Amino acid sequence: MPFFLALQNDDLRNLSLSGHVGFDSLPDQLVNKSTSQGFCFNILCVGNETGISKSVLVGTLFSTKFESKPVTEGWHEIFFQVTSDRTRGYGRKFYKPIVEYIDAQFEAYLQEELKIKRSLFNYHDTRIHACLYFIAPTGHSLKSLDLVTMKKLDSKVNIIPIIAKADTIAKNELHKFKSKIMSELVSNGVQIYQFPTDEETVAEINATMSVHLPFAVVGSTEEVKIGNKMAKARQYPWGVVQVENENHCDFVKLREMLIRVNMEDLREQTHTRHYELYRRCKLEEMGFKDTDPDSKPFSLQETYEAKRNEFLGELQKKEDEMRQMFVMRVKEKEAELKEAEKDLHEKFDHLKRTHQEEKKKVEDKKKELEEELNNFQKKKAAAQLLQSQAQQAGSQQTKKDKDKKK
Amino acid sequence: MEAAAVPQELPPDRGAHELFGYVGIEAVLEQMKVKTMKMGFEFNIMVVGQSGLGKSTMVNTLFKSKVSRKASQPGQEERIPKTVQLRSVTHVIEEKGVKMKLTVTDTPGFGDQINNENCWDPIIKYINEQYERYLREEILITRKRKIPDSRVHSCVYFIPPTGHWLRPLDLEFMRRLSKIVNVVPVIAKADTLTLEEREEFKQRIQRDLKAHAISVYPQEDFDEDPDDRLLNDRIREKIPFAVVGADQEHQVNGKRVLGRKTKWGIIEVENPAHCEFPMLRDLLIRSHLQDLKDITHNVHYESYRVRRLNESNRPALSSNNGLPGSDEDGDESNL
Repeated sequence: MPFFLALQNDDLRNLSLSGHVGFDSLPDQLVNKSTSQGFCFNILCVGNETGISKSVLVGTLFSTKFESKPVTEGWHEIFFQVTSDRTRGYGRKFYKPIVEYIDAQFEAYLQEELKIKRSLFNYHDTRIHACLYFIAPTGHSLKSLDLVTMKKLDSKVNIIPIIAKADTIAKNELHKFKSKIMSELVSNGVQIYQFPTDEETVAEINATMSVHLPFAVVGSTEEVKIGNKMAKARQYPWGVVQVENENHCDFVKLREMLIRVNMEDLREQTHTRHYELYRRCKLEEMGFKDTDPDSKPFSLQETYEAKRNEFLGELQKKEDEMRQMFVMRVKEKEAELKEAEKDLHEKFDHLKRTHQEEKKKVEDKKKELEEELNNFQKKKAAAQLLQSQAQQAGSQQTKKDKDKKK
Repeated sequence: MEAAAVPQELPPDRGAHELFGYVGIEAVLEQMKVKTMKMGFEFNIMVVGQSGLGKSTMVNTLFKSKVSRKASQPGQEERIPKTVQLRSVTHVIEEKGVKMKLTVTDTPGFGDQINNENCWDPIIKYINEQYERYLREEILITRKRKIPDSRVHSCVYFIPPTGHWLRPLDLEFMRRLSKIVNVVPVIAKADTLTLEEREEFKQRIQRDLKAHAISVYPQEDFDEDPDDRLLNDRIREKIPFAVVGADQEHQVNGKRVLGRKTKWGIIEVENPAHCEFPMLRDLLIRSHLQDLKDITHNVHYESYRVRRLNESNRPALSSNNGLPGSDEDGDESNL
């Protein structure tokens, strides 16, 4: 129920203004804030056969190439994020990881909301706002796996069913296929996302578009020349399937519904319906009730904080343990290194000593040698002296002999 | 306004991927506008000041309608009350399709006694009660789709035009209140001050506020980016606005204007050369209304919540039960 209607039920006085006050600028003030802060829009693509061109389709929707990791886009001053998670499905518990993933995003938000010191206004919202469910283009009916999966997801996320690779189905078969799918969804009680029809500006377009569900789409990031323009298309030998041609596929309708008309409503439904449901269930699980007469108003917060403190305590303990181990290792290494150092020192000392000894030996030898040399020189000197003496004595004798002969 | 289906020139590459072709994302802005217009807005304003400073007239002038009944009107039974009372009046006003639920809380009796000790207590209690109400709604298991917001988004404090300094009462009040709510001080009945006196008075007030570390709206700490800072710096230079309130129209130069008629001339309320009422109105309504609400929600309410959750479980609330703000500065460490 629109808020101001609720106000009027309270018998509030309606005042008439006698001049221009200026609060008609309020929506602009609000929108300016949003654009400067940016907002998030998260799309989850689900399909239980790999090869259904999920990333190509999302890429075509946003006119860009996506990898399967979250990506941030900028466009004017709006920043939004598209999470295109490819799911691998092989049957049976196919829905389990999907449900867990969606719940995990809710949980993250809930945890932030329950914190004592929290910052919700700049929280990076990862909750899934729209789930594009890719149905294989068999042309017959929904697989039971699809039904089961969608039933598990319909209370958690806005489901928009899509027939993928619709260019493999002929037009008349497509019509039958769509009707079959929708009637199966209804008869199995699957709650897909309803395009809102209570707001006059969008009621008409939403009503007309709903008739075409599930949207049969073809995705392409390649461009082909059609006439004298380039257009996104898939080229076959027998013709070209144009993505944005409404006669060829429902891509334009999907884009219209998802982005241009209902993006805000998708976000609001996620927050006010799916998230609130998750929150309520989670809190009731933890044992909290609203109607407890003695209920301490903040026991919820307390328990939550207590749990969190416990968790933090454990983290702290682990950290301490790691630190201790680290210190121990460091000590060990230090000891090792010290040992090595000691060894080296010893070696060095040993070497030094050896060196000294050698040196001494050499010195000793040198001395010996010198002594020998000295002795030799002395002997030599002595010998020379003798020799010269002998020579002198000899020459004197000769002289004496000569004198005698005369 | 349906977005035109013409491929547009791309802005310089900002994101990780280039967007080629036309996607239509800005249509979401239009969706948001439509949504907010459908939902309507709430705005809660409190006026505080001694009687006779023209509070009710000011509110009526701001919202161009008889929001408050003036205390000085004939036939009014009540005299000045002996204690501070709080009276709230709620109206729904609409302009160009935008609906606003406006709640004005008046505080007759404030500062009127001989002994004004602790006259701020009932006001602080009221403000905290609104936070409490919101908090209780927020932590319910099954919560309302839209939690009714009765929190005070701005508290306009009327300073008597003495021309001298802020009185101890003014300082004390603004000091305590600016911690829990957006305080917008104004010089009331500014037509008794000449322009020079007005300027000097303002300078002195600004110095006083700074000396006592009183942070009035727009608070410097919450400027988001350089553009914000620039805009708000200009506003901060002019605070407190010198205002004159009037709810009667007179003929000036062939036009009907709101003003006060005196023997020496007509003071035109909406003439920026005469008084700063237009600036106050622009601040409160035309440019910063959403910001006032955001600061109340993201800052003041959150710090109330932190304080409240850090207390051990105390049952019902009463003003002397250790509520922050009514204590002596005990909780400054948490702020």
